[in-house]
Amino acid sequence: MFEYDFMRTAFLAGGVVAVAAGAVGFFLVLRNLTFAGHALSHVGFAGATGSVLIGVGALWGLLAFTVAAAVAMGLIGDRLRQRDIAVGIVLSLALGLGVLFLALYTAGAGEATAILFGNLLAIAPGTFWSLVALSAATLLALGVISRPLLFATLEPELAEAKGVSLRLVSVLFLAIVAVAVAEAAQVVGVLLVFALMVGPPAAAQRLVSRLGAGLALAVGLAIIETWGGIALAYATDWPTTFWIVLLSCLVYFASIFKPAIARSTTSHG
Amino acid sequence: MDALAARGNRSRAYPLAGNAIEFDRVTLARGGRVVLDGVSAAIRAGEFIGVFGPNGSGKSTLLRAILGLLPPLSGAIRVFGDPPARGSRSAGYLPQQRAALVDLPICGWDFVASAWRGDRWGLPLVSRRGREEVARAIARVEAQTLVQRPLSQLSGGELQRLLLAQALLGEPRLLLLDEPLISLDPHFQQAVISLVRDIQLAGEITVLFTAHDPNPLLGVMDRVLYLGNRRAAIGMVDDVITDQVLSRLYAMPIEVLRINDRIVVVAGHGPVEAEAHRHDV
Ligand SMILES: Nc1ncnc2c1ncn2[C@@H]1O[C@H](COP(=O)(O)OP(=O)(O)O)[C@@H](O)[C@H]1O
Ligand SMILES: [Mg+2]
Repeated sequence: MFEYDFMRTAFLAGGVVAVAAGAVGFFLVLRNLTFAGHALSHVGFAGATGSVLIGVGALWGLLAFTVAAAVAMGLIGDRLRQRDIAVGIVLSLALGLGVLFLALYTAGAGEATAILFGNLLAIAPGTFWSLVALSAATLLALGVISRPLLFATLEPELAEAKGVSLRLVSVLFLAIVAVAVAEAAQVVGVLLVFALMVGPPAAAQRLVSRLGAGLALAVGLAIIETWGGIALAYATDWPTTFWIVLLSCLVYFASIFKPAIARSTTSHG
Repeated sequence: MDALAARGNRSRAYPLAGNAIEFDRVTLARGGRVVLDGVSAAIRAGEFIGVFGPNGSGKSTLLRAILGLLPPLSGAIRVFGDPPARGSRSAGYLPQQRAALVDLPICGWDFVASAWRGDRWGLPLVSRRGREEVARAIARVEAQTLVQRPLSQLSGGELQRLLLAQALLGEPRLLLLDEPLISLDPHFQQAVISLVRDIQLAGEITVLFTAHDPNPLLGVMDRVLYLGNRRAAIGMVDDVITDQVLSRLYAMPIEVLRINDRIVVVAGHGPVEAEAHRHDV
Protein backbone atom coordinates (compact mmCIF):
# COMPACT_ATOMS: atom_id res chain seq x y z
CA MET A 1 0.00 0.00 0.00
CA PHE A 2 3.01 2.30 0.34
CA GLU A 3 3.34 2.56 -3.42
CA TYR A 4 0.58 5.15 -3.42
CA ASP A 5 1.40 8.76 -2.68
CA PHE A 6 -1.84 9.34 -0.82
CA MET A 7 -1.19 6.34 1.42
CA ARG A 8 2.27 7.57 2.33
CA THR A 9 0.85 11.01 3.05
CA ALA A 10 -1.93 9.47 5.14
CA PHE A 11 0.53 7.47 7.26
CA LEU A 12 2.85 10.42 7.78
CA ALA A 13 0.07 12.93 8.48
CA GLY A 14 -1.73 10.48 10.76
CA GLY A 15 1.47 9.77 12.67
CA VAL A 16 2.35 13.42 13.07
CA VAL A 17 -1.11 14.29 14.34
CA ALA A 18 -1.27 11.25 16.62
CA VAL A 19 1.89 12.30 18.45
CA ALA A 20 0.45 15.71 19.26
CA ALA A 21 -3.02 14.38 20.04
CA GLY A 22 -1.69 11.67 22.36
CA ALA A 23 0.61 14.01 24.27
CA VAL A 24 -1.91 16.83 24.64
CA GLY A 25 -4.67 14.35 25.37
CA PHE A 26 -2.64 12.90 28.23
CA PHE A 27 -2.85 16.16 30.13
CA LEU A 28 -6.42 16.76 28.97
CA VAL A 29 -7.52 13.50 30.60
CA LEU A 30 -5.41 14.13 33.69
CA ARG A 31 -7.08 17.52 34.12
CA ASN A 32 -10.57 16.09 33.66
CA LEU A 33 -11.10 18.44 30.75
CA THR A 34 -12.38 15.92 28.26
CA PHE A 35 -15.70 17.68 27.96
CA ALA A 36 -13.92 20.93 27.14
CA GLY A 37 -11.94 19.10 24.44
CA HIS A 38 -15.13 17.65 23.04
CA ALA A 39 -16.79 21.06 23.04
CA LEU A 40 -13.81 22.66 21.33
CA SER A 41 -13.99 20.23 18.46
CA HIS A 42 -17.66 21.01 17.92
CA VAL A 43 -16.99 24.73 18.05
CA GLY A 44 -14.41 24.01 15.38
CA PHE A 45 -17.15 22.68 13.14
CA ALA A 46 -18.61 26.18 12.78
CA GLY A 47 -15.17 27.54 12.01
CA ALA A 48 -14.50 24.90 9.40
CA THR A 49 -17.80 25.28 7.57
CA GLY A 50 -17.52 29.07 7.80
CA SER A 51 -14.09 29.14 6.22
CA VAL A 52 -15.15 26.77 3.48
CA LEU A 53 -18.02 29.18 2.81
CA ILE A 54 -15.64 32.11 2.33
CA GLY A 55 -13.17 29.99 0.38
CA VAL A 56 -10.41 29.50 2.96
CA GLY A 57 -9.08 26.07 3.91
CA ALA A 58 -11.18 24.34 6.57
CA LEU A 59 -8.13 23.84 8.81
CA TRP A 60 -7.71 27.59 9.30
CA GLY A 61 -11.33 28.20 10.21
CA LEU A 62 -11.13 25.29 12.63
CA LEU A 63 -8.03 26.73 14.23
CA ALA A 64 -9.43 30.24 14.54
CA PHE A 65 -12.63 29.07 16.22
CA THR A 66 -11.11 26.48 18.52
CA VAL A 67 -8.34 28.77 19.75
CA ALA A 68 -10.75 31.65 20.38
CA ALA A 69 -13.14 29.36 22.24
CA ALA A 70 -10.28 27.82 24.23
CA VAL A 71 -8.99 31.16 25.42
CA ALA A 72 -12.51 32.18 26.42
CA MET A 73 -12.95 28.92 28.36
CA GLY A 74 -9.62 29.38 30.09
CA LEU A 75 -10.58 32.89 31.16
CA ILE A 76 -13.89 31.71 32.57
CA GLY A 77 -11.76 29.54 34.84
CA ASP A 78 -11.92 26.03 36.22
CA ARG A 79 -13.68 26.96 39.40
CA LEU A 80 -16.85 28.38 38.03
CA ARG A 81 -19.48 25.82 38.84
CA GLN A 82 -21.57 26.81 35.85
CA ARG A 83 -18.70 26.38 33.46
CA ASP A 84 -19.83 23.16 31.82
CA ILE A 85 -23.23 24.68 31.23
CA ALA A 86 -21.75 27.84 29.72
CA VAL A 87 -19.48 25.71 27.53
CA GLY A 88 -22.40 23.51 26.48
CA ILE A 89 -24.50 26.49 25.49
CA VAL A 90 -21.72 28.10 23.45
CA LEU A 91 -21.13 24.71 21.88
CA SER A 92 -24.70 24.38 20.70
CA LEU A 93 -24.57 27.92 19.32
CA ALA A 94 -21.45 26.98 17.39
CA LEU A 95 -23.09 23.87 15.98
CA GLY A 96 -26.09 25.95 14.96
CA LEU A 97 -23.80 28.36 13.14
CA GLY A 98 -22.16 25.41 11.43
CA VAL A 99 -25.54 24.23 10.18
CA LEU A 100 -26.28 27.74 8.89
CA PHE A 101 -22.94 27.97 7.06
CA LEU A 102 -23.55 24.56 5.52
CA ALA A 103 -27.00 25.63 4.32
CA LEU A 104 -25.51 28.76 2.77
CA TYR A 105 -22.72 26.77 1.15
CA THR A 106 -24.69 24.94 -1.46
CA ALA A 107 -21.83 23.30 -3.31
CA GLY A 108 -21.39 20.08 -1.46
CA ALA A 109 -22.14 17.66 1.27
CA GLY A 110 -18.74 16.02 0.67
CA GLU A 111 -16.98 18.92 2.30
CA ALA A 112 -19.25 18.68 5.34
CA THR A 113 -18.69 14.95 5.67
CA ALA A 114 -14.93 15.49 5.55
CA ILE A 115 -15.15 18.07 8.31
CA LEU A 116 -17.42 15.95 10.47
CA PHE A 117 -15.71 12.61 9.99
CA GLY A 118 -12.28 13.41 8.60
CA ASN A 119 -10.69 12.24 5.39
CA LEU A 120 -7.15 11.18 5.99
CA LEU A 121 -6.77 9.66 2.54
CA ALA A 122 -7.36 12.98 0.83
CA ILE A 123 -4.91 15.23 2.63
CA ALA A 124 -3.37 17.79 0.27
CA PRO A 125 0.41 18.30 0.40
CA GLY A 126 -0.09 21.88 1.63
CA THR A 127 -2.29 20.68 4.46
CA PHE A 128 0.26 18.01 5.30
CA TRP A 129 3.02 20.53 5.86
CA SER A 130 0.65 22.71 7.88
CA LEU A 131 -0.08 19.72 10.09
CA VAL A 132 3.63 19.06 10.57
CA ALA A 133 4.21 22.68 11.58
CA LEU A 134 1.20 22.71 13.91
CA SER A 135 2.24 19.46 15.57
CA ALA A 136 5.75 20.75 16.12
CA ALA A 137 4.39 23.99 17.59
CA THR A 138 1.95 22.10 19.81
CA LEU A 139 4.62 19.81 21.20
CA LEU A 140 7.04 22.67 21.74
CA ALA A 141 4.47 24.75 23.60
CA LEU A 142 3.38 21.75 25.64
CA GLY A 143 7.00 21.09 26.52
CA VAL A 144 7.41 24.65 27.76
CA ILE A 145 4.35 24.62 30.04
CA SER A 146 4.28 20.94 31.03
CA ARG A 147 6.06 21.35 34.35
CA PRO A 148 3.82 24.04 35.88
CA LEU A 149 0.87 22.43 34.08
CA LEU A 150 1.48 19.14 35.84
CA PHE A 151 1.94 20.85 39.21
CA ALA A 152 -1.21 22.93 38.70
CA THR A 153 -3.13 19.82 37.65
CA LEU A 154 -2.10 17.62 40.56
CA GLU A 155 -1.98 20.21 43.34
CA PRO A 156 -3.61 23.50 42.31
CA GLU A 157 -3.65 25.07 45.78
CA LEU A 158 -0.02 24.28 46.44
CA ALA A 159 1.03 25.30 42.93
CA GLU A 160 -0.67 28.64 43.40
CA ALA A 161 1.14 29.13 46.69
CA LYS A 162 4.43 28.31 45.00
CA GLY A 163 3.90 31.02 42.41
CA VAL A 164 2.23 29.21 39.50
CA SER A 165 -0.45 31.32 37.83
CA LEU A 166 -3.31 28.84 37.52
CA ARG A 167 -5.18 31.11 35.14
CA LEU A 168 -2.23 31.59 32.79
CA VAL A 169 -1.41 27.88 32.73
CA SER A 170 -5.05 27.04 32.10
CA VAL A 171 -5.43 29.48 29.20
CA LEU A 172 -2.16 28.42 27.59
CA PHE A 173 -3.03 24.75 27.91
CA LEU A 174 -6.49 25.18 26.43
CA ALA A 175 -4.98 27.10 23.50
CA ILE A 176 -2.66 24.15 22.93
CA VAL A 177 -5.63 21.78 23.17
CA ALA A 178 -7.42 23.88 20.57
CA VAL A 179 -4.59 23.48 18.07
CA ALA A 180 -4.38 19.75 18.74
CA VAL A 181 -8.13 19.45 18.29
CA ALA A 182 -7.98 21.24 14.96
CA GLU A 183 -5.25 18.83 13.85
CA ALA A 184 -7.01 15.73 15.10
CA ALA A 185 -10.14 16.84 13.28
CA GLN A 186 -8.21 16.49 10.04
CA VAL A 187 -7.68 12.84 10.80
CA VAL A 188 -10.91 11.65 12.42
CA GLY A 189 -13.22 14.64 11.92
CA VAL A 190 -14.66 17.03 14.50
CA LEU A 191 -17.21 14.54 15.78
CA LEU A 192 -14.64 11.90 16.68
CA VAL A 193 -11.70 13.86 18.02
CA PHE A 194 -12.37 12.06 21.30
CA ALA A 195 -11.18 8.80 19.77
CA LEU A 196 -7.70 10.18 19.19
CA MET A 197 -7.29 12.63 22.06
CA VAL A 198 -9.09 10.85 24.89
CA GLY A 199 -9.10 7.14 24.06
CA PRO A 200 -5.33 6.47 24.00
CA PRO A 201 -4.41 8.64 27.05
CA ALA A 202 -7.31 7.27 29.08
CA ALA A 203 -6.22 3.71 28.31
CA ALA A 204 -2.59 4.59 29.05
CA GLN A 205 -3.49 6.03 32.44
CA ARG A 206 -5.32 2.85 33.33
CA LEU A 207 -2.36 0.72 32.37
CA VAL A 208 0.59 2.55 33.95
CA SER A 209 0.97 5.03 36.77
CA ARG A 210 4.39 6.45 36.02
CA LEU A 211 4.09 9.79 34.28
CA GLY A 212 6.75 9.33 31.65
CA ALA A 213 5.59 5.82 30.80
CA GLY A 214 1.97 6.96 30.66
CA LEU A 215 2.76 9.81 28.30
CA ALA A 216 4.84 7.58 26.05
CA LEU A 217 2.15 4.92 26.02
CA ALA A 218 -0.56 7.47 25.19
CA VAL A 219 1.45 8.69 22.21
CA GLY A 220 2.33 5.14 21.18
CA LEU A 221 -1.28 3.98 21.31
CA ALA A 222 -2.46 7.02 19.34
CA ILE A 223 0.07 6.23 16.61
CA ILE A 224 -0.70 2.51 16.55
CA GLU A 225 -4.45 3.09 16.43
CA THR A 226 -4.10 5.64 13.65
CA TRP A 227 -1.77 3.52 11.53
CA GLY A 228 -3.77 0.40 12.25
CA GLY A 229 -6.89 2.24 11.16
CA ILE A 230 -5.33 3.35 7.90
CA ALA A 231 -4.07 -0.16 7.12
CA LEU A 232 -7.44 -1.72 7.89
CA ALA A 233 -9.19 0.90 5.77
CA TYR A 234 -6.85 0.05 2.91
CA ALA A 235 -7.58 -3.63 3.29
CA THR A 236 -11.35 -3.34 3.66
CA ASP A 237 -12.25 -0.16 1.82
CA TRP A 238 -14.22 0.95 4.87
CA PRO A 239 -13.58 4.49 6.20
CA THR A 240 -10.30 5.11 8.04
CA THR A 241 -12.16 7.00 10.76
CA PHE A 242 -14.31 3.99 11.52
CA TRP A 243 -11.29 1.78 12.05
CA ILE A 244 -9.42 4.31 14.17
CA VAL A 245 -12.43 4.83 16.41
CA LEU A 246 -13.00 1.08 16.67
CA LEU A 247 -9.38 0.43 17.66
CA SER A 248 -9.51 3.28 20.16
CA CYS A 249 -12.61 1.81 21.80
CA LEU A 250 -11.20 -1.72 21.86
CA VAL A 251 -7.97 -0.61 23.46
CA TYR A 252 -9.79 1.48 26.03
CA PHE A 253 -12.16 -1.30 27.01
CA ALA A 254 -9.30 -3.77 27.12
CA SER A 255 -7.51 -1.44 29.53
CA ILE A 256 -10.53 -1.40 31.82
CA PHE A 257 -10.29 -5.13 32.35
CA LYS A 258 -6.58 -5.08 33.05
CA PRO A 259 -6.72 -4.23 36.77
CA ALA A 260 -9.23 -7.01 37.37
CA ILE A 261 -6.86 -9.49 35.81
CA ALA A 262 -3.88 -8.12 37.67
CA ARG A 263 -5.76 -8.29 40.96
CA SER A 264 -7.02 -11.81 40.43
CA THR A 265 -3.48 -13.07 39.80
CA THR A 266 -1.86 -11.28 42.74
CA SER A 267 -4.64 -11.41 45.26
CA HIS A 268 -2.90 -13.83 47.58
CA GLY A 269 -0.67 -11.16 49.14
CA MET B 1 -10.03 42.77 75.38
CA ASP B 2 -7.78 41.13 78.01
CA ALA B 3 -7.15 37.54 76.93
CA LEU B 4 -8.34 38.20 73.40
CA ALA B 5 -5.24 40.24 72.81
CA ALA B 6 -3.04 37.98 74.87
CA ARG B 7 0.39 37.59 73.38
CA GLY B 8 1.21 34.56 75.45
CA ASN B 9 3.51 36.44 77.79
CA ARG B 10 3.50 33.49 80.14
CA SER B 11 5.06 31.25 77.54
CA ARG B 12 8.65 30.21 77.94
CA ALA B 13 11.52 32.04 76.31
CA TYR B 14 12.72 30.64 72.99
CA PRO B 15 16.30 30.34 71.93
CA LEU B 16 15.35 31.63 68.49
CA ALA B 17 15.15 35.35 68.31
CA GLY B 18 12.58 37.21 66.29
CA ASN B 19 9.10 36.56 65.03
CA ALA B 20 8.31 34.22 62.18
CA ILE B 21 4.92 35.80 61.54
CA GLU B 22 3.43 39.10 62.61
CA PHE B 23 -0.14 40.24 62.07
CA ASP B 24 -0.63 43.93 62.69
CA ARG B 25 -4.33 44.87 62.76
CA VAL B 26 -4.97 42.68 59.72
CA THR B 27 -8.37 42.58 58.05
CA LEU B 28 -9.00 39.75 55.60
CA ALA B 29 -12.04 39.36 53.35
CA ARG B 30 -13.26 36.51 51.18
CA GLY B 31 -15.87 37.02 48.50
CA GLY B 32 -16.64 40.54 49.79
CA ARG B 33 -17.19 39.41 53.39
CA VAL B 34 -14.82 40.28 56.18
CA VAL B 35 -13.50 37.06 57.72
CA LEU B 36 -10.94 38.46 60.16
CA ASP B 37 -11.23 42.02 61.39
CA GLY B 38 -8.22 43.88 62.74
CA VAL B 39 -6.39 40.84 64.06
CA SER B 40 -2.99 41.27 65.68
CA ALA B 41 -0.77 38.38 66.64
CA ALA B 42 2.88 37.46 66.69
CA ILE B 43 4.29 33.98 66.25
CA ARG B 44 7.87 33.39 67.24
CA ALA B 45 10.25 31.45 65.06
CA GLY B 46 10.29 27.81 66.07
CA GLU B 47 6.85 27.79 67.69
CA PHE B 48 4.28 25.09 67.15
CA ILE B 49 0.94 26.88 66.93
CA GLY B 50 -2.37 25.02 66.94
CA VAL B 51 -4.95 27.02 64.98
CA PHE B 52 -8.56 26.38 65.98
CA GLY B 53 -11.97 27.88 65.44
CA PRO B 54 -15.41 26.98 64.21
CA ASN B 55 -15.98 26.18 60.57
CA GLY B 56 -15.72 29.26 58.42
CA SER B 57 -13.86 31.19 61.10
CA GLY B 58 -11.01 31.82 58.68
CA LYS B 59 -8.32 29.26 59.47
CA SER B 60 -7.67 28.44 55.82
CA THR B 61 -8.03 32.10 54.90
CA LEU B 62 -5.36 33.01 57.43
CA LEU B 63 -2.94 30.49 55.94
CA ARG B 64 -3.62 31.77 52.44
CA ALA B 65 -2.85 35.29 53.60
CA ILE B 66 0.45 34.13 55.09
CA LEU B 67 1.28 32.51 51.74
CA GLY B 68 0.66 35.79 49.95
CA LEU B 69 -2.39 34.46 48.10
CA LEU B 70 -4.78 36.91 49.75
CA PRO B 71 -3.68 40.49 50.32
CA PRO B 72 -5.16 42.01 53.50
CA LEU B 73 -7.79 44.71 53.15
CA SER B 74 -5.91 46.65 55.76
CA GLY B 75 -3.10 46.13 58.21
CA ALA B 76 0.22 44.43 57.61
CA ILE B 77 1.44 40.85 57.61
CA ARG B 78 5.11 40.05 57.98
CA VAL B 79 6.65 36.66 57.35
CA PHE B 80 10.23 36.52 58.61
CA GLY B 81 10.22 40.30 58.49
CA ASP B 82 8.95 40.69 54.94
CA PRO B 83 5.49 41.04 53.43
CA PRO B 84 4.15 37.64 52.30
CA ALA B 85 5.46 36.71 48.86
CA ARG B 86 3.66 34.26 46.63
CA GLY B 87 6.04 31.53 45.54
CA SER B 88 8.27 31.90 48.58
CA ARG B 89 10.43 28.85 49.18
CA SER B 90 10.48 29.37 52.91
CA ALA B 91 6.95 28.06 53.42
CA GLY B 92 5.73 24.49 53.08
CA TYR B 93 1.98 24.15 52.68
CA LEU B 94 -0.50 21.32 53.02
CA PRO B 95 -3.77 22.62 51.54
CA GLN B 96 -7.15 21.62 52.89
CA GLN B 97 -8.75 20.92 49.49
CA ARG B 98 -7.83 17.45 48.38
CA ALA B 99 -10.95 15.70 47.14
CA ALA B 100 -9.67 15.90 43.56
CA LEU B 101 -6.64 13.78 44.35
CA VAL B 102 -8.52 10.67 45.27
CA ASP B 103 -8.90 9.18 41.80
CA LEU B 104 -5.66 10.31 40.18
CA PRO B 105 -3.99 7.51 38.22
CA ILE B 106 -0.52 8.93 38.91
CA CYS B 107 1.89 7.11 41.21
CA GLY B 108 2.88 8.65 44.53
CA TRP B 109 6.46 9.32 43.60
CA ASP B 110 5.56 11.39 40.54
CA PHE B 111 2.91 13.16 42.57
CA VAL B 112 5.32 14.27 45.27
CA ALA B 113 7.97 15.11 42.66
CA SER B 114 5.58 17.36 40.73
CA ALA B 115 5.94 19.86 43.57
CA TRP B 116 9.72 20.02 43.27
CA ARG B 117 10.37 23.38 41.61
CA GLY B 118 7.01 22.92 39.91
CA ASP B 119 6.76 26.64 39.23
CA ARG B 120 9.50 26.57 36.60
CA TRP B 121 8.76 26.42 32.90
CA GLY B 122 9.91 23.46 30.86
CA LEU B 123 9.61 19.71 31.06
CA PRO B 124 8.74 18.07 34.38
CA LEU B 125 12.09 16.34 34.58
CA VAL B 126 13.52 16.16 38.08
CA SER B 127 17.23 16.77 38.53
CA ARG B 128 19.39 14.42 40.56
CA ARG B 129 19.30 16.89 43.46
CA GLY B 130 15.52 17.04 43.11
CA ARG B 131 15.25 13.26 43.19
CA GLU B 132 17.32 13.18 46.38
CA GLU B 133 15.09 15.82 47.96
CA VAL B 134 11.94 13.96 46.93
CA ALA B 135 13.31 10.68 48.25
CA ARG B 136 14.25 12.33 51.54
CA ALA B 137 10.83 13.93 51.97
CA ILE B 138 9.17 10.59 51.23
CA ALA B 139 11.44 8.84 53.72
CA ARG B 140 10.62 11.42 56.41
CA VAL B 141 6.93 10.57 56.20
CA GLU B 142 7.79 6.86 55.93
CA ALA B 143 5.98 6.51 52.65
CA GLN B 144 8.67 4.60 50.75
CA THR B 145 6.41 1.62 50.28
CA LEU B 146 3.46 3.73 49.10
CA VAL B 147 4.98 5.70 46.30
CA GLN B 148 4.90 3.01 43.61
CA ARG B 149 1.12 2.85 43.79
CA PRO B 150 -1.27 5.23 42.04
CA LEU B 151 -2.98 7.76 44.31
CA SER B 152 -6.31 6.17 43.44
CA GLN B 153 -5.25 3.10 45.42
CA LEU B 154 -4.17 4.93 48.58
CA SER B 155 -6.21 5.44 51.72
CA GLY B 156 -6.94 8.91 53.07
CA GLY B 157 -4.19 8.63 55.63
CA GLU B 158 -1.62 7.41 53.11
CA LEU B 159 -2.49 10.29 50.83
CA GLN B 160 -2.09 12.65 53.75
CA ARG B 161 1.47 11.47 54.28
CA LEU B 162 2.33 12.15 50.64
CA LEU B 163 0.87 15.64 50.96
CA LEU B 164 3.01 16.18 54.03
CA ALA B 165 6.03 15.02 52.03
CA GLN B 166 5.21 17.64 49.41
CA ALA B 167 4.96 20.29 52.10
CA LEU B 168 8.40 19.28 53.40
CA LEU B 169 10.13 19.50 50.01
CA GLY B 170 12.86 22.08 49.91
CA GLU B 171 13.41 22.31 53.69
CA PRO B 172 10.90 25.06 54.51
CA ARG B 173 11.37 27.19 57.63
CA LEU B 174 7.63 27.52 58.05
CA LEU B 175 5.04 24.75 57.78
CA LEU B 176 1.42 25.68 57.16
CA LEU B 177 -0.68 22.55 57.61
CA ASP B 178 -4.37 22.94 56.92
CA GLU B 179 -6.40 20.24 58.69
CA PRO B 180 -3.83 17.47 58.28
CA LEU B 181 -5.75 15.26 60.73
CA ILE B 182 -9.01 15.15 58.80
CA SER B 183 -9.95 11.64 57.65
CA LEU B 184 -7.28 10.04 59.84
CA ASP B 185 -8.07 7.54 62.53
CA PRO B 186 -6.63 8.31 66.02
CA HIS B 187 -3.59 6.10 65.49
CA PHE B 188 -2.55 7.93 62.33
CA GLN B 189 -3.43 11.28 63.88
CA GLN B 190 -0.85 10.61 66.57
CA ALA B 191 1.64 9.44 63.96
CA VAL B 192 1.23 12.63 61.90
CA ILE B 193 1.44 14.83 64.97
CA SER B 194 4.62 13.28 66.31
CA LEU B 195 6.12 13.29 62.82
CA VAL B 196 5.47 17.00 62.49
CA ARG B 197 6.78 17.58 66.00
CA ASP B 198 10.02 15.71 65.27
CA ILE B 199 10.56 17.59 62.05
CA GLN B 200 9.79 20.86 63.77
CA LEU B 201 12.22 20.27 66.63
CA ALA B 202 14.99 18.93 64.38
CA GLY B 203 14.89 21.92 62.06
CA GLU B 204 13.62 24.65 64.43
CA ILE B 205 10.71 25.07 62.09
CA THR B 206 7.69 27.23 62.78
CA VAL B 207 4.45 25.26 62.45
CA LEU B 208 0.88 26.45 62.05
CA PHE B 209 -1.36 23.44 62.37
CA THR B 210 -5.12 23.86 61.96
CA ALA B 211 -7.46 21.34 63.52
CA HIS B 212 -10.90 20.98 65.02
CA ASP B 213 -10.02 19.30 68.27
CA PRO B 214 -7.21 20.65 70.44
CA ASN B 215 -6.87 17.41 72.42
CA PRO B 216 -4.55 15.44 70.14
CA LEU B 217 -2.25 18.46 69.99
CA LEU B 218 -2.14 19.30 73.68
CA GLY B 219 1.24 17.72 74.25
CA VAL B 220 2.99 19.35 71.32
CA MET B 221 1.57 22.83 70.88
CA ASP B 222 3.53 25.74 72.26
CA ARG B 223 0.54 28.07 71.95
CA VAL B 224 -2.87 28.22 70.35
CA LEU B 225 -4.39 30.69 67.94
CA TYR B 226 -8.16 30.56 68.24
CA LEU B 227 -10.32 32.23 65.61
CA GLY B 228 -14.00 33.08 65.70
CA ASN B 229 -16.46 35.85 65.24
CA ARG B 230 -13.93 37.68 63.02
CA ARG B 231 -11.47 37.94 65.91
CA ALA B 232 -8.53 35.97 67.18
CA ALA B 233 -6.96 35.07 70.48
CA ILE B 234 -3.42 33.82 70.80
CA GLY B 235 -1.78 32.48 73.91
CA MET B 236 -1.19 29.47 76.08
CA VAL B 237 -3.85 26.79 76.01
CA ASP B 238 -4.98 27.60 79.55
CA ASP B 239 -5.34 31.29 78.78
CA VAL B 240 -7.21 30.97 75.52
CA ILE B 241 -9.36 27.86 75.77
CA THR B 242 -11.48 29.29 78.54
CA ASP B 243 -15.20 29.95 78.99
CA GLN B 244 -14.70 33.67 78.71
CA VAL B 245 -12.51 33.80 75.59
CA LEU B 246 -14.35 31.12 73.65
CA SER B 247 -17.75 32.57 74.49
CA ARG B 248 -16.61 35.74 72.86
CA LEU B 249 -15.13 33.98 69.82
CA TYR B 250 -18.14 31.74 69.29
CA ALA B 251 -20.51 34.61 70.11
CA MET B 252 -22.52 32.32 72.37
CA PRO B 253 -22.18 30.91 75.87
CA ILE B 254 -19.42 28.30 75.89
CA GLU B 255 -18.29 26.12 78.71
CA VAL B 256 -14.85 24.54 78.73
CA LEU B 257 -14.69 21.32 80.72
CA ARG B 258 -11.60 19.37 81.72
CA ILE B 259 -12.18 15.65 81.88
CA ASN B 260 -9.15 13.46 82.58
CA ASP B 261 -6.77 15.98 81.00
CA ARG B 262 -9.02 16.29 77.97
CA ILE B 263 -10.61 19.53 76.98
CA VAL B 264 -14.29 19.42 76.08
CA VAL B 265 -15.76 22.55 74.63
CA VAL B 266 -19.49 22.61 75.26
CA ALA B 267 -22.02 24.99 73.77
CA GLY B 268 -25.56 25.29 75.07
CA HIS B 269 -26.60 22.09 73.30
CA GLY B 270 -23.56 19.83 73.31
CA PRO B 271 -19.88 19.44 72.50
CA VAL B 272 -18.71 21.94 69.93
CA GLU B 273 -16.12 19.84 68.15
CA ALA B 274 -18.55 17.08 67.30
CA GLU B 275 -20.68 19.74 65.67
CA ALA B 276 -17.74 21.06 63.72
CA HIS B 277 -16.77 17.63 62.42
CA ARG B 278 -20.24 16.97 61.20
CA HIS B 279 -20.20 20.04 58.95
CA ASP B 280 -16.85 19.35 57.49
CA VAL B 281 -16.40 17.48 54.26
N1 LIG C 1 -13.19 30.89 47.68
C1 LIG C 1 -14.00 31.56 48.52
N2 LIG C 1 -14.78 32.57 48.08
C2 LIG C 1 -15.56 33.26 48.91
N3 LIG C 1 -15.66 33.02 50.21
C3 LIG C 1 -14.93 32.03 50.72
C4 LIG C 1 -14.06 31.25 49.91
N4 LIG C 1 -13.45 30.34 50.69
C5 LIG C 1 -13.92 30.54 51.94
N5 LIG C 1 -14.80 31.57 51.96
C6 LIG C 1 -15.48 32.08 53.15
O1 LIG C 1 -14.53 32.63 54.01
C7 LIG C 1 -14.82 32.29 55.35
C8 LIG C 1 -13.65 31.61 55.98
O2 LIG C 1 -13.42 30.38 55.36
P1 LIG C 1 -12.22 29.43 55.72
O3 LIG C 1 -10.99 30.25 55.86
O4 LIG C 1 -12.19 28.35 54.72
O5 LIG C 1 -12.68 28.89 57.15
P2 LIG C 1 -12.11 27.65 57.96
O6 LIG C 1 -10.89 27.17 57.27
O7 LIG C 1 -11.83 28.21 59.32
O8 LIG C 1 -13.19 26.65 58.01
C9 LIG C 1 -16.08 31.44 55.32
O9 LIG C 1 -17.16 32.27 55.64
C10 LIG C 1 -16.18 30.97 53.91
O10 LIG C 1 -17.52 30.86 53.54
MG1 LIG D 1 -10.41 25.45 56.39
